[in-house]
Amino acid sequence: MTLFIEQCLNGLQFGLLLFLLAAGLTLVFGIMDLVNLAHGSLYMIGAYFAATFAAWTGSFVFGAVLALAATLMVGMAVEVIAMRRLYGRDHLDHVLGTFGLILFFDEAVRLIWGPEGMSLSLPSWLNTSVQILPGVQYSAYRLATIVVTLAVAAFLYVLVMRTRIGMLIRAGASNREMVGALGVNIKLLYTLVFGLGAALAGLAGLMQAPILTVQIGMGENILILAFVITVIGGIGSIRGALVAALLVGFIDTLGRSYLPDLLRTMLSKEAAATAAPALSSMLIYLLMAVVLVVKPEGLFSAGNK
Amino acid sequence: MRKTLMAAGAALLLAAGPSMAQQKTIKIGFVSTFSGPVAVIGNDMRNSFELALDHMGRKMNGLPVEVIYEDDAFKPEVGLQKTQKLIDSDHVDFIAGYIWSNVLLASLKPIVDSKTFLVIANAGPSQIAGELCSPTVFSTSWNNDQTPQAMGLYMNQKGVKSVFLIGPNYAAGKDMLAGVASTFKGKVIGQELTTWPAQLDFSAELAKAKDAKPDAIFVFYPGKAGVQFLTQYAQAGLKGTIPLYTAFTIDELSLPLQKDLALGVPGAQEWVNDLPNEANKKFVADYIKKYPGHRPSFYGAQSYDAANLIASAVTATKGKLDDKAAVQKALEKANFKSVRGNFKFGNNHVPIQNFYLQDVVKSGDDYVLKTVATIVKDNQDNFHDKCPMK
Repeated sequence: MTLFIEQCLNGLQFGLLLFLLAAGLTLVFGIMDLVNLAHGSLYMIGAYFAATFAAWTGSFVFGAVLALAATLMVGMAVEVIAMRRLYGRDHLDHVLGTFGLILFFDEAVRLIWGPEGMSLSLPSWLNTSVQILPGVQYSAYRLATIVVTLAVAAFLYVLVMRTRIGMLIRAGASNREMVGALGVNIKLLYTLVFGLGAALAGLAGLMQAPILTVQIGMGENILILAFVITVIGGIGSIRGALVAALLVGFIDTLGRSYLPDLLRTMLSKEAAATAAPALSSMLIYLLMAVVLVVKPEGLFSAGNK
Repeated sequence: MRKTLMAAGAALLLAAGPSMAQQKTIKIGFVSTFSGPVAVIGNDMRNSFELALDHMGRKMNGLPVEVIYEDDAFKPEVGLQKTQKLIDSDHVDFIAGYIWSNVLLASLKPIVDSKTFLVIANAGPSQIAGELCSPTVFSTSWNNDQTPQAMGLYMNQKGVKSVFLIGPNYAAGKDMLAGVASTFKGKVIGQELTTWPAQLDFSAELAKAKDAKPDAIFVFYPGKAGVQFLTQYAQAGLKGTIPLYTAFTIDELSLPLQKDLALGVPGAQEWVNDLPNEANKKFVADYIKKYPGHRPSFYGAQSYDAANLIASAVTATKGKLDDKAAVQKALEKANFKSVRGNFKFGNNHVPIQNFYLQDVVKSGDDYVLKTVATIVKDNQDNFHDKCPMK
């Protein structure tokens, strides 16, 4: 039972982290109709900034805050310099352009920080485990990331559902042209949304950094998952991203932990040990396939596309 | 005047011509990973190979050496393609390198079919020690099982009664876990294989290990994954409760990132930077001199040995590399000064060698690996019986 609780927490932590990435991706995709493959690069940049600033200031929290601001700036700069030229073109151009950005960011990081990668060490109060229930020990840092992400999710909810900017974002997601036609400064809105998406990706990156270490190309694997979530949740829907991210997080973690035991009851030990990791990494894509069959628009479609 | 010069030039050319034609170059293809996050390993191998060439004046038996480095990008299909290119269009005399067992297994067939001599500088899949062994394939590393077997013996010495095994789901990962299980006398109460190389979050596996309450955890995570594993092991609160035993998880390349996390975590290895033989002292000192700020790892040591093994065969055959049987005989003698101390090849061309216990010590702000003890002497892999070569 304690194992199950711990695995659920692991799933929750992973799901919420994916939500941060997918939220930015779905906003940019839904509102600007832009396929942004370079979203993973912003995740990487966030992690590199955090490692650098934490080393400069000597404080993890301070470094993280600075890194968040810096990633927001980088995101807005990327929008103004590169992305603006891509709106109104077809998706193939987006893919090509943003793929170029991945190469640019990877090489820039290699030039600035070198190929070795960096480590971001945690303050000792985060680098331990805490007792959350009798007999259940859990990593203090993973617990902290759950709390931070939940707070960010709440902030996003208020921002999107209760503020004027949020109203414009929602309007933009369901009908872009109409928002522009009503005289809203769509350029500024785009820059803000892209910056927000970048900051969320940067936050995800810097929060993963102490767990996974900081390295070139770290955003590419996880970006695939973020796209899967965007598709499952419905493009442009923050609520969809949250639900889909949690689904994916739980399925991945619980699949990894229980599938081997389940297969062992049916197959030989060797076959089960080999098949289980392969099968559990497939589960997410099976989920996506099922969702696409049942609800081709995703679980929570943002509007009439 | 100009005419005389022309004539003199022509005469010189003619005189130089025949001797230039005789001047053969020794061509070596070196396949490793030079891009992406694990490029540090490839760079260390290249640095060490280059250092070995420097030490021999960049000549083998008086013939100049040309090395063509190819990047496998950490992918079996790319490794195969690059290997094929080295054989078909570069016509290399030797191929060396290979970090990853899965890349090597994918690339093996064209090498064996073309009878090009291969000196493996790291990967040691059990198949190549056993049924896939070949007269032209040699290794300056080990078979995958040997190092974890040594660790299993050490765990017996430490009185460990039960162990939980964690490793990546690819050729080497499976060999490593099978290796430790073959010598460990206690009970293996759990085993987890993770998706390789995509999975870097080991929370689910660590939670299961913790729940199984073993005496110890054994892991194999080469490269950056070793850093991530040690970090998450500490964050899960396992450091100090369930001791960790490793193979190929802590080395000079990962140590600068692992730092304190690696202190007190034992590992087994066939080479440690402080082994007290002359060849090794020279290798380590000159490496640090040539590449300031870097220390050689076992990957480098094996590559350094690979260059010297090749040179020993070129010298013994006086550069006549067409005589394949003679080259094979010369390589089989392993007649060179290995940085791990001299070794013999088994019938399957895998070294019979010692394995050492290594520990991390902090000296000032630096973390270095130190030899603690010899776990096993003159160890031969378990698969040599399956190799048809006698």
